[in-house]
Amino acid sequence: MVVATAQDLYLSRFAQSMVRRGGSEPAWLAAIRRAALDRFAELGFPTTRDEEWRFTNVGPIADTPFAEAADAPGVTRGDLAPFLVKQLACSALVFVNGRYVPQLSTTLALPRGTQLTSLASVLASDPGLVDPYFTRCAPCEKQAFTALNTAFAEDGAFIYVPARAVVPDPVHVIYFTTTATPVVTHPRTIVVVGDNSQLKLIETYAGVAGHHYLTNAVTEVVGGEHSVVEHVRVQRESFAAYHVSNTQIHLERSATFAQQNVVLGGAIVRNDVGAVLGAEGIECTLNGLYLGHGRRLIDNHTAIDHAKPHCASHEIYKGMLDGHARGVFNGKIFVRQDAQKTDAKQTNQVLLLSDEATINTKPQLEIFADDVKCTHGATVGQLDEESLFYLRARGIGREQARAILVHAFAGDIISRVTIEPLRAALEHALLAQLPQEARG
Amino acid sequence: MLEIRNLHARVEEKPILRGIDLKVSAGEVHAIMGPNGSGKSKLAGVLAGRGDYEVTAGEVLYKGLNLLDLDPEERAREGLFLAFQYPVEIPGVNNSYFLKAALNAVRKHRGQPELDAMEFLTLVREKAKLLDIDSAMLNRSVNEGFSGGEKKRNEIFQMAVLEPTLCVLDETDSGLDIDALKVVAQGVNALRSPERAVVVVTHYQRLLNYIVPDFVHVLSEGRILKSGGKELALELEEKGYGWIEADGAAAHA
Repeated sequence: MVVATAQDLYLSRFAQSMVRRGGSEPAWLAAIRRAALDRFAELGFPTTRDEEWRFTNVGPIADTPFAEAADAPGVTRGDLAPFLVKQLACSALVFVNGRYVPQLSTTLALPRGTQLTSLASVLASDPGLVDPYFTRCAPCEKQAFTALNTAFAEDGAFIYVPARAVVPDPVHVIYFTTTATPVVTHPRTIVVVGDNSQLKLIETYAGVAGHHYLTNAVTEVVGGEHSVVEHVRVQRESFAAYHVSNTQIHLERSATFAQQNVVLGGAIVRNDVGAVLGAEGIECTLNGLYLGHGRRLIDNHTAIDHAKPHCASHEIYKGMLDGHARGVFNGKIFVRQDAQKTDAKQTNQVLLLSDEATINTKPQLEIFADDVKCTHGATVGQLDEESLFYLRARGIGREQARAILVHAFAGDIISRVTIEPLRAALEHALLAQLPQEARG
Repeated sequence: MLEIRNLHARVEEKPILRGIDLKVSAGEVHAIMGPNGSGKSKLAGVLAGRGDYEVTAGEVLYKGLNLLDLDPEERAREGLFLAFQYPVEIPGVNNSYFLKAALNAVRKHRGQPELDAMEFLTLVREKAKLLDIDSAMLNRSVNEGFSGGEKKRNEIFQMAVLEPTLCVLDETDSGLDIDALKVVAQGVNALRSPERAVVVVTHYQRLLNYIVPDFVHVLSEGRILKSGGKELALELEEKGYGWIEADGAAAHA
């Protein structure tokens, strides 16, 4: 007898999902889904033999027969409270187990023509609006998980800001999972910010402590000419959950995009973040902070593609690993032949708080232009003994001194969040999760 | 206040102190001089509890406590202060936050109530004026991007805020121009009192024009070769260290 693998499970589930949706989906979408499923069948789940997954074994994900997530009508605002941002006036789009829940969501005043809604509803009412953007930034040729998301994604946030519009309050998208048995969700977020427009976006992934599930998320962001987008990604999944995500950003002339990617949760975490700087004058910031403890694995892969001249990219990734936690960082920067006067800076710093924690870090710069400024640096270390001694020599106890240094290291990324109440909330979440002895 | 008896120490396998005896009483200022590599800064480091120095013999009594049994933070709370030769830059740690944590740790140990934000600010402003410290410096990260002179002034400023009983200044004068030197000396002199002792480690005599010592000790190769009054410093200035080392070599031969 042949045991059905999780891969087979997805293949057979696909036919059911297509039947279930019947003819309600536009033909272009059905075609994309079929192609994506075929691609997933060809690729299969990645293994550590794939260079891009060398240090990240997704065996536990591939081997778990995750069911499709069921609706959870009992979820209240109280359940979400730990993940909402106190004192922040914002529009909130809440998804529970992958499904939009309007009762838990709120919309503040928006500029005319702005759409803040769920992908499912816009696909039902006006699919033409989605067509140009679905898979525009995140194609699935190379990534099995993205192919899987594309085949199955039914809902997620759809944010469309027309040209010349400033969304006054931040938009908070929350994906929350609660489940007694292992389930999978495939949230798909599409964000389109028109020319000369501005948006502050918070994307939170969260789940109930101890719950075992897989989030397989894809986010596509298009930033139009002269647009200004701040994106804070907050990953606070349960420590028993798996989180795989792919965030792809396409920027147009003179766009400014700044992302802070804060990774606090998850047992196995893989984030891919990619930005294409497809015109001149773009400024792109991709920062990240990740905390690992226990036996967790946190893998961040970033790629910045400088395709045109006069663009700047800034990247700082900081990790803190304790216990037997493992970290992976791979930061690619491409500077195409045409991309003269590129200014690219990448820094990766890792603090190992135990002897057993490990990090595999790899900056990867491929430069084809000759008049550019590109720097990268990676440091891996323990807390600086000299700094510790200095603090202690002023009367500060060893534990508090450690806490001060650990906090200073991580706080650097959080301090770059401009949404003040969110910064405070992240500070709080960070402190709660610092290693016991470093908490002070 | 401080009594060092036959102190020997090494770093890894290399001996750095080879039998130091020194007695410092409250109200006194002692200068420890000596050529580079003589062990002056090492002695300061051993007193403050630097981890990479291993004491192999001898003892240090401080206010009746066995100093060598205490952790660095315990020594600091008991009133020992080391002004670092090379103050450490700590990015991301606010200078004022750091100082408040330190002051409250010390106060707690002394059984005094912790200062709230307002009380702390008032105290700090007053001390900052004394050392010509710009209040903007308080909100920067500890020593980060400070000039050499700013770092040294920041050390003495911390000392002024923490009000220790034994101040050990490790080459606080190095790298200071004459104006900065005067400011630093003025800060130290303001702290001089009958209850407080100061140990000034220095390579040059110049600082001692401004912080006038009661005793001068000359260190070489981990031993005190000669002790005397403030005139010894002037003699050293004139003749260099060579004559004492020659004397010392003869004495140990």
